[in-house]
Amino acid sequence: MRRVAIGGFGLTKFNKDNISIESLMLSSVKSLFDNNSNLVQKDIDAVLTSTNDNSKYLANIVSEFAGISPKISHTVESLCNSGANSVVSAFSYISSGLADVVLVVGAEKFDNPGLVLECDISRGQYKHPVYWSSMFTRSHMRKYGTTREDLAIVSAKNHRNALANPYAYFNKAYSVDEIMQSKNITEDVRVLDCSFPCNGSAAVLLASEEIIKKFTDCPVWITGIGQKTISAGFTKNDDLTSMKSTQYAANDAYAMSKKEPKDVDVAEVHDAFSICEVMEIEDLHFTQKGHGSQFVKNMYETQDKKINPRGGLIGTGHPLGATGIAQIVEISQQLQSKAEKRQVEGAKVGLVQNMSAAATSSTVLIFES
Amino acid sequence: MNKFENELKNDKFVCSECPKCNKLVWPPSNFCSGCFGNVIWRQVSRNGKLVEFSKKDNTIFCIAEFENLIRIMGELEIGSKEPQIGQDLELVKCNYDGKENFFFQLK
Repeated sequence: MRRVAIGGFGLTKFNKDNISIESLMLSSVKSLFDNNSNLVQKDIDAVLTSTNDNSKYLANIVSEFAGISPKISHTVESLCNSGANSVVSAFSYISSGLADVVLVVGAEKFDNPGLVLECDISRGQYKHPVYWSSMFTRSHMRKYGTTREDLAIVSAKNHRNALANPYAYFNKAYSVDEIMQSKNITEDVRVLDCSFPCNGSAAVLLASEEIIKKFTDCPVWITGIGQKTISAGFTKNDDLTSMKSTQYAANDAYAMSKKEPKDVDVAEVHDAFSICEVMEIEDLHFTQKGHGSQFVKNMYETQDKKINPRGGLIGTGHPLGATGIAQIVEISQQLQSKAEKRQVEGAKVGLVQNMSAAATSSTVLIFES
Repeated sequence: MNKFENELKNDKFVCSECPKCNKLVWPPSNFCSGCFGNVIWRQVSRNGKLVEFSKKDNTIFCIAEFENLIRIMGELEIGSKEPQIGQDLELVKCNYDGKENFFFQLK
């Protein structure tokens, strides 16, 4: 299996402008080319698009507007973890030898009607994600004594981190008290404990070991991959205090990279809601079950940016098809020491956890500089 | 509209069952998820237990489990006491209006 690395990236500011999905995608592809003076269109063997948008033939449309004639081009869709999954596909094309250089671009529009999983009948009349997050929250509170203040600290930390992210949709710090006093969406979830849909686009360039040096002197190697789907229905999560799919994906990714949780210097995790970050920190084995809140509290009090330095989904916004790729862009910048005010000093090993539909599916990637 | 939704409209809660594997196939499907054989349809017991709940405005929503397998979300009728996890409940009404609607009452 050939080694694969990230060799470039492009991002545009998350917003709620009126813009087409095609233009959104093209904006981060342009940013990627602007950032990589050695890259020319004919280098690219495959173009993969990541989105939940219903527009058709997007990989080919983006290729045409970017002047690329790829051998392989298609869309990857898996709701919220479309982005990380599309990078797994790109990795596979390169490691197998079908491609040497792959461009992956993800985007979503804030008003895409396809963001709720209508076909999950186990959710009955309660399809919106806030209902499953309420179930997770209530269960975690009951089993581990997690408090509303603990959850508010997740949001306060991530909004604070997003202040140093020029691409974030939000640009405002909130106190723990403001978050706790924000509107109740349900008895267990405040509005500021939620991530929000917005426009967003992010792109990464992947290449084989033989070619990567053309694009960068600081390649970011993908050394671990884990991907697991438990089901498509929320209520098949037997334990509402854990994300089983994340545990499986993390174990596979750690094993493939021969790394352990303690080796990870910086991570982007999928904080669709505050409770998710607490659960993910536990299920990625950064701490024991039931200690996730204390882990977050310590980071908040010490200004430690180890988890979600770009502000996570809560601080940055959650354009579904772009989210996983934007997480990977952040970890790439961190491992190249290019994350400016967000930089975790000396970061050598990074992790991305991107999950979907109430953690029925998760993807975990490990990166090394 | 499929069998499951049609029956919900008649206040009947049914599920597919594989006669060969002798197991319920949930979520309902025309084929067994184990052997891909044809299923039969039968009514699910309306007696279940409470798995988890929360509240939005003045409505309690919850996960209820039936026949130790089928877990669905629905509305729990508000009683005078706080619900307890694991408590017995009953499916008192179901319907389909573009979404599956389930209404439960604690025993």
